[in-house]
Amino acid sequence: MDNLLKIENGKAILRADIPQVPYGEFFKTLSAFVKNDGYIVQFFAYEESGVYRLIAVVRNTALYVIGSETGTTFQSLTGSASEKFHMFEREIAEQYGLKPDGHPWLKMVRYHKNYTGEKDVFENNYVEEIPGNYPYFTIEGESIHEVAVGPVHAGIIEPGHFRFQCAGEEVLHLEIQLGYQHRGIEKLLPTLPQKRYPGICESIAGDTTIAHTLCFSQAFEGLAGKSVDKGASIVRTIALELERIANHIGDLGALSGDVAFNPPAAYFGRIRGEFLNLLQVLSGNRFGKGLVRPGGVALVMGEEQRQLIRDKLAEITPEIENVCDLLFSAHTVQARFEHTGMVEHKMAKDLGLVGYSGRACGIAYDARVAFPTECYAELPANTNEVTSGDVNSRATVRREEIMHSLKLITMLLDSIDTTEKPVHMQECALSPNSFVVTINEGWRGEVSHCILTDDKSKVQRYKIKDPSFHNWTGLAMSLRNQEISDFPLCNKSYNLSYCGFDL
Amino acid sequence: MLKILKNKLEQGNKTSKYPKEPIALYHRYRGMPVINTDCSADVIAECVCICPQEAIDATEKTIDLGRCTFCGQCESVEGEGGAFVSFSENFELGAANREDLVTGGALPALADHSKQHFKKLFGRSLQLRQVSAAGCNSCEADTNVLNTPFFDLSRFGIDIVASPRHADGIHVTGPISRNMRQALIDTYEAVPSPKVVIASGCCSISGGPFRGSEEVIGDLNSLVPVDLYIPGCPPHPLTTLHALLNYFK
Repeated sequence: MDNLLKIENGKAILRADIPQVPYGEFFKTLSAFVKNDGYIVQFFAYEESGVYRLIAVVRNTALYVIGSETGTTFQSLTGSASEKFHMFEREIAEQYGLKPDGHPWLKMVRYHKNYTGEKDVFENNYVEEIPGNYPYFTIEGESIHEVAVGPVHAGIIEPGHFRFQCAGEEVLHLEIQLGYQHRGIEKLLPTLPQKRYPGICESIAGDTTIAHTLCFSQAFEGLAGKSVDKGASIVRTIALELERIANHIGDLGALSGDVAFNPPAAYFGRIRGEFLNLLQVLSGNRFGKGLVRPGGVALVMGEEQRQLIRDKLAEITPEIENVCDLLFSAHTVQARFEHTGMVEHKMAKDLGLVGYSGRACGIAYDARVAFPTECYAELPANTNEVTSGDVNSRATVRREEIMHSLKLITMLLDSIDTTEKPVHMQECALSPNSFVVTINEGWRGEVSHCILTDDKSKVQRYKIKDPSFHNWTGLAMSLRNQEISDFPLCNKSYNLSYCGFDL
Repeated sequence: MLKILKNKLEQGNKTSKYPKEPIALYHRYRGMPVINTDCSADVIAECVCICPQEAIDATEKTIDLGRCTFCGQCESVEGEGGAFVSFSENFELGAANREDLVTGGALPALADHSKQHFKKLFGRSLQLRQVSAAGCNSCEADTNVLNTPFFDLSRFGIDIVASPRHADGIHVTGPISRNMRQALIDTYEAVPSPKVVIASGCCSISGGPFRGSEEVIGDLNSLVPVDLYIPGCPPHPLTTLHALLNYFK
């Protein structure tokens, strides 16, 4: 712990203040930290004057940072300390050609050549079409069969590949291989003028537009010393909660559809649209694109918008309660939801699951409570009653969060603060040689952005983490010893982001 | 059973009267841009400078709807002679030709520009396979929304199907990552001819916010011939519905 520097969410520090320790120390410190209820927020590499460096941002009840220099190989933390590192180290290997030595599952993440020109860790030739060229884990035996799904799936859904190893109906192992949506965002951002940042951050994952754009805006505010007035904070908080409700309601509808209970599927599908329309009332866009900008919000919430949201919530809250009651009290639904896709509490902790996926397993972490931004410090927290780690828990947590978020929005609407004037994207003078990390509780869980600036105040490294980066492994574990026919249900109970993972 | 009936009574019939009756979107919605050609050159220059999508042409006084994300920032630039752009509530943005999307504020009537044999083939029944090619999931989500009771796409004989073999065409979203290129082409080739190709959202038309990334292709038309363009970021469900109904019916 002595090597770690405590930092604040969204507050920029000088890069010179990040403790730099030899890799051995770095390894020991992080190993001890994660074994003691510590989790990883960010862990990534960057290059500086020909030297490779690693930075880890970790959390328990507070937020810490630590850095180290590394060669082209380093001792894997996944192999000896914790599974929590496993995706992060694979990403480091793929982005920078640095090999985590002793990593038990060292495979590609997004099928792209590394940024550095180092020898490719996976010995791929990226001139060829790579996707699908992947060493899947296989189980051999007389009665084992493989099921391959994707990248193009049956519905209107993003692409990804699922490889099941089955014995009859039973899934022994599921491996999820994404990367098809890789747009090269992290590599692209430092090469672009600032005016293009909001558009890209809004499209990291469109269903998480508000959370990602908040993370970006708060990072720029931290680096440029901008403040946000109370009125703008209220709009941002309301937008983030509308995004949460819209997605949770949509997913409860999809879960009803997956267990062939059509009435709630139809009702929730339509009700989700009502919340997207409320985001349109705030921002002019059904996903909140064009709203959150460094320094505030691009559209003011006036009395007209307040009243529209208030009236709609009053009209629709009883409907939501009734449709939830219809869904959760149907015994045929309970029979399918309960004990399906179970992830034990210990497994969830080992993997470091976040958001409702973690909370449904009894990991109470909620970034709105632990590292509050905007108005969250003054708002009541939510508690979860059902935490046994199955589909039913994930669905119930979402139901509770919908109700909680509706309450939060109502409270926020009663505040009389209105932002002084709309703020548009302008060139921000970022402080040079600085580092900032931002965390927000997006609807899927912890969203985090991290920026390093160089001595000319330019963005040198932009690191993005969507909660799906942690949680896809949780879905894979949910399928162990389940029937393959329950996969759609398990998948929808998480509803993770492909593009947020693939960047 | 009683609960189902109770909810059914409470929900009632929520299906939109559109297209029989016009439908108004909230005035903050940003649809077809209205171009003010009388504004000063300084205002236009400022718009060109701030537009993150480089969608504005100062000499021609046009906006490229295939690039525009409708972020609305150009609306805020004021000066001599007023603002250059204001976004109207008109959601009818579909076009049959890429060059028509470079507009001074009006689009040719879509119904007159569709291929007539498509109307005959697909006017009463159109089955589409949706391909998400690195989309951010907002285009996908707002396409999915067309299946909810409010829009109820299937009442027009239009369905989204699971297999390209069952489809009359593909509806593509996203800037087409290198990693989806082959899967997209395979899907296109699996659709029996004659087939139709729809590019939905600014990403599939021009790469959208991701243009210039070496990991994306950014123009669907460079891979397969596009018949119908639906601009937006994402296109409003009504934009998609209007385009489908006018192009095929």
